[in-house]
Amino acid sequence: MIELIEGVLLTMLAAVTIAIVRQHNLFGVVILAGVYSFLMASVLIVLDAVDVAMTEASVGAGISTVILLATLYLTGSREDPPAHTPALPLFVATVTGAALIWGTFQLPGFGVAHSPIHDHVAPAYLEASTKHEMPPNVVTAVLADFRGYDTLGETTVIFTAGIGVMLLLRGRRKRQHGSAKEASDT
Amino acid sequence: MMFAAATLAILAALALVVSRAILGPTVFDRALAGNSVGTLAILLLAVVGFLTGRPEWLDIAITYGLLNLIGTLAVLKYFRYGDLAYDDEDGA
Repeated sequence: MIELIEGVLLTMLAAVTIAIVRQHNLFGVVILAGVYSFLMASVLIVLDAVDVAMTEASVGAGISTVILLATLYLTGSREDPPAHTPALPLFVATVTGAALIWGTFQLPGFGVAHSPIHDHVAPAYLEASTKHEMPPNVVTAVLADFRGYDTLGETTVIFTAGIGVMLLLRGRRKRQHGSAKEASDT
Repeated sequence: MMFAAATLAILAALALVVSRAILGPTVFDRALAGNSVGTLAILLLAVVGFLTGRPEWLDIAITYGLLNLIGTLAVLKYFRYGDLAYDDEDGA
């Protein structure tokens, strides 16, 4: 059943990707990218990675749509005809994709219990989180307890970046308003 | 069994909506199809949660609903004003 759901979702993902490439109206591309993100989030849910799926949905379908639409306001929504033939980019993309697929042959199979990633620190985390009565969700325990300072640092960086962007945008808007006022006064 | 049938029905609906998003002659078809894909993703999330015996995924479905609303609002505001930062009180 799960394999069937995955198969259908991945087929639709491929169809949407081809549609994005062939679409020349950039507004349609933005909407199709949102569709892609929701489908990708569904695939991740079926693969049992709910937290990753949530990130994909909020960043891919939520914020990216808004930011891309704001960009469309500045660029216009028609795609310019390409300046050169797509042969070289297509070659690079094909080679990179083939290399990545070749790399997956070395990975342990999906869901194998004794792959290296499960034998390294994960047992220690599982044991310690029950011993020290940390949150029952071990992912939360790792992020908020074991790597608490790391997460605090990340949050600080993102918070600072957010404040910086807001200050920059605010300053620009005020200047625009001021210049518009001067223009109307004269 | 019931959840499996519901999942199949949702997948069929998803296929129809995605094909409309890809073919859709006008941008409005695509915007509506995009919104429907979000709704069906919420339904799929809920049903797969029950299918695999973890109904607590329903909470996450609520978040998806919010995201879907924001995305559609942004698309429609862009349509109406051509600018996401448009503010009616500016008197522009």
